[in-house]
Formats: sequence, C-alpha cells, structure tokens
Amino acid sequence: MITNKIKREGAVIFSEYERGSAIKKALSMGRDDILFELRESKLKGRGGAGFPTSTKWMLVAAAKADEKYLICNADEGEPGTFKDRVLLLEYPELVFDAMVVGGYTIGAKKGVIYLRGEYEYMQKSLEDYLEGMRKDNLLGKNILGKDGFDFDISIFLGSGAYVCGEETALIESMEGHRGEPRNKPPYPVNTGFLGMPTAVNNVETLAAIAQIVVRSGEWFKQHGTDKSTGSKLLSISGDCKKPGVYELPWGTKISEILELVGAENTKAVQVGGASGICLSKDQFDRTLAYEDAATGGSIMIFNENRDMLKVLKNFMEFFVEESCGQCTPCRIGNVKLLEGVEMIEIGDYTFSYIKKLKELGNTMKVASKCGLGQSSPNTFISILENFSDEIFNNVNGGSHE
Amino acid sequence: MLVLEKNAITDEIEESIKKHGGDRSALIPILQDIQRKHSNISDFAQQEVARLLDIHPVEVYSVVSFYAFLNTKPKGRNIVRLCQTITCDLQGKANVAKAIERELNCKFGETTQDKKFSLEFANCLGLCDQGPAMIVNDKVYSQITPEKAVQILSNFK
Repeated sequence: MITNKIKREGAVIFSEYERGSAIKKALSMGRDDILFELRESKLKGRGGAGFPTSTKWMLVAAAKADEKYLICNADEGEPGTFKDRVLLLEYPELVFDAMVVGGYTIGAKKGVIYLRGEYEYMQKSLEDYLEGMRKDNLLGKNILGKDGFDFDISIFLGSGAYVCGEETALIESMEGHRGEPRNKPPYPVNTGFLGMPTAVNNVETLAAIAQIVVRSGEWFKQHGTDKSTGSKLLSISGDCKKPGVYELPWGTKISEILELVGAENTKAVQVGGASGICLSKDQFDRTLAYEDAATGGSIMIFNENRDMLKVLKNFMEFFVEESCGQCTPCRIGNVKLLEGVEMIEIGDYTFSYIKKLKELGNTMKVASKCGLGQSSPNTFISILENFSDEIFNNVNGGSHE
Repeated sequence: MLVLEKNAITDEIEESIKKHGGDRSALIPILQDIQRKHSNISDFAQQEVARLLDIHPVEVYSVVSFYAFLNTKPKGRNIVRLCQTITCDLQGKANVAKAIERELNCKFGETTQDKKFSLEFANCLGLCDQGPAMIVNDKVYSQITPEKAVQILSNFK
C-alpha cells in the first residue's frame, strides 16, 4: 500500500552491507577497539540533538550495574520525517546488527526497539525478521559462538505520543508511566530504564554504526564536514517533483537539495521539522550541518503559493496538542503562541504584543524541561521574522482567511 | 455490565499478564491488548488491571488518559486516522476529510451512529512524501483522494 521512495542512495549508510557482518567483525574486535572506531568516526546522534555516540556508549560501558539496556528509538514523530520507516522496512539488518554490536560493546543483554504506535503495521515483519536472526544465532545465547555473549531484542509499541521521542519520556513510557520527560541529570546513561544504565540511540545512528564497524571510523570521517562527519538521510516532502528519502553528505547546501529534488518557485524551506527553523530564499546558501542548519532529517519545501501564516498555525496546533503538559512554559507558552497566530490571522493584534510573544518564545527556550518546549518557539520566531513582509504587509495581496 | 462479561475481561487481562509479565513495565502492552479487542478501556477493565498489577487505579487512568491511542469511551469498530500535519494538509487533507464527513454523515472527532467508524485526525504518520495519508485500524493508505478515501472505507464492515 505504501512505497519506500529511496531517491538517492549515498555512499555511507546505503553502501553495500551483508547481514551479520558488523556482528562478526565486532565479536572479533575488543570492546575498546569498537569504542575507538566510533570515536574516530566522530558520529553524532541522528535524532536531532547531535550528542556524540561514542561518548554515550563509553559512559554506559563504564557504568557498573547488574543490568544494562540498549534502546533503539524508533518513535519517529517529527513532522516531515520518515527515514526511519524506510530504514526499518528496507534495511533492518543495519539497525538490528548494530543493536547487537551495541549490546556487546556496552555489556547489555537486552535490546528494545521502541516503535511508534503509528507504525504498528511494521511490527509483524520486524518480529519475523528478529525470529530469523534468532534462527541464525545472530540473537540469543552465545551469539555466533561467542561464549557468554547473550543478547535479544524485543519490540515495544508506543501509543501515539510525540513527546515519547524524547529519551527520558520514552523510558517513562516503557516503564508503564505517562510519557513525561524526566529532569536531567541523571542521564539515562547512568539511570535509565528501570534505573539501570541505558543507551538510547536513533534508528539512523545505529545504521551508521553498523557501517562504521564493518569499514572504519576513518572511512566514515572522509564524508561530510569536519564537525559533521558522514552522511544524513533526509526525508524530503512538500512542493517538489521528487519527494522521498535522500542520503546526502553533511555540508550540502539547501539550494543544491532544492535542485536535486526538482523544487521550483520555492519560497521557504523548513529544516528540522516542526521544531526546526524556517529558511527564506536569502538563506538557501546555508548548509546542512550540526554547526549550521541542523536537522534530524526533515526537509519540507513550500512554494510561492503557500501562506506561511497557515503553515505556522499548523505547526503551533501540533505543539499545543503534543505538549505533555508537565511543565508550565511549554503547556501554556505554546497555547499563547498559537493564540498570537490566530490574532494575526484575523488582523486583531498589536506589534508590541507580537514582540512580547517572541520574548515569551525565548523564555520557553530556556525554561522548558525538554526539547519540545525548548524548540517549538524556533518555528514561531523564524517564520514571523523571515516572512514578516508577507505576514504583516500582506504582499500577496490577500488576507489570511 | 453482566457478571459473565466482567469475568471474561478479567480472564483476558490475566492472559495478557501471562504474555507480558506482571510488572509495571507491562502496563502499556496490557492496555494495548484491551484497547485492540474492545476499542476502549472501560472503568472496570482499568480497575482490574490495577488490581492484578497491584497499583492504584488512578495510576492506570493517568496512563490511559495520556496516550492518544488509548481511550476510555467506546469507539466505532473501525478507527480512521487521517494525518493533519502540514505536508498532508498541503496535499489536500481538508477535501478528503470533508468527503468522508459527507459520506458517513459524521464529523471528525465523532463516531458514526451505527458504530462502524470513529473519525480522528492524527499527527504526522510519517508518510509525508506520499500524502494525504490515512490509517484505518492497522492498515495504511497513502496518496488518497476524496473519492479513493470513500471507496477504501466502503470495504470495511
């Protein structure tokens, strides 16, 4: 019923890979050697936050505990992101092999993949895939004959909450609680699932790890920029001829992407999903990189015919619905920002109030407990600032109604 | 609720606990089992889950009320979730929604009188490159048009 539109297979994640090869290679290496390769690669988390993966695994590996856990975060809920869906359906070997490698490296016996509720339709095929791995001794006891190395993976299905993509909310959810983020510190690397050291990695991060283990950190580093190594899977949607998943090296310019995907008359590009930033034409020479325009993979393209205020309203409605309601800046702040958009929509606003709302946005960025409230004002502020002509002067010659 | 019905629900929950374990961390999978079977989690079912997991019923209710896919009120036999997030919106979600509403004589957020369908909007379903997208129960449909959407729904009983 759905098609996995991979439009461009790049040289890193989608390079050739044989099932089980990362596990074989890892078991022949020492744990320290795996961590060394990861550090060499300078791989950063692909979910959006960009935390160095080697540091995360080193901390969990160094923690002393009876049990440790490795969780694959497949709660892909950021608007405009669908690369994890494609990875899990088309290349599950990369993700699951890397989980086994992770279990070996950090000393975990249990791996869990937290699959978002909306992806329930994948559960059966993933479970069949895991069963196949068990048959071939890629999961289970004494994996590939390695004495004492036991690891298994189970699937935990989410129940429709965007905020559960935040790692501590995800852990709360797995423990049978409301998906409300925890205070940090302590971080999951020390006190994670059931109070035990836990590594939570994005689906794409794991896929990259499988390739790094098989090839090398040095090889991975040759792609991308100095600070953002490797490639990124981009989920491209919106007004363009060829939407789909593209693997491109970090450091690619927005304008190059637009050309590649056949976007014409582009007015705006939303980088990083609803919680990202909205770029206007004069910023299309910016590059995708952790040090410039960072993204978890979502690129949404809007052409000249789109009303940016409507786009903003859609994003703010999303945040109001998905805020978990635990902390005040996010719970009330997002409602106030949405009200502001509605005031502009009907033309009943003052500029001094809009200025106050932007200040409120900046307060939310520092006062909110988790990434949701910390990043939702980005969209509000960037759209109002980058498209103020259109929104406040109505240069398109019409109202917003 | 009849005693027999109550007993049946208790049996189901006990089955679920056998499958997922009796720890607190089994709570959401257990609730999902009930939700799948009954299309809602009744007060009685919540109390039974609480009793069998040895936690306070309010804890169970707080979890049920948090997640979008768990609910306490009975719903239709089929749950229609239409993506309302921006790219599906731009690709014509509103027309699809209107067509469904006209055809079923039921608004989004409500259940049809014959209890056949519950209509809901969902946030990003991860099908932005092939919108508008819709999930009915656990089946996914992409690139739907108003006409196609109505046709798809006519196949459900």
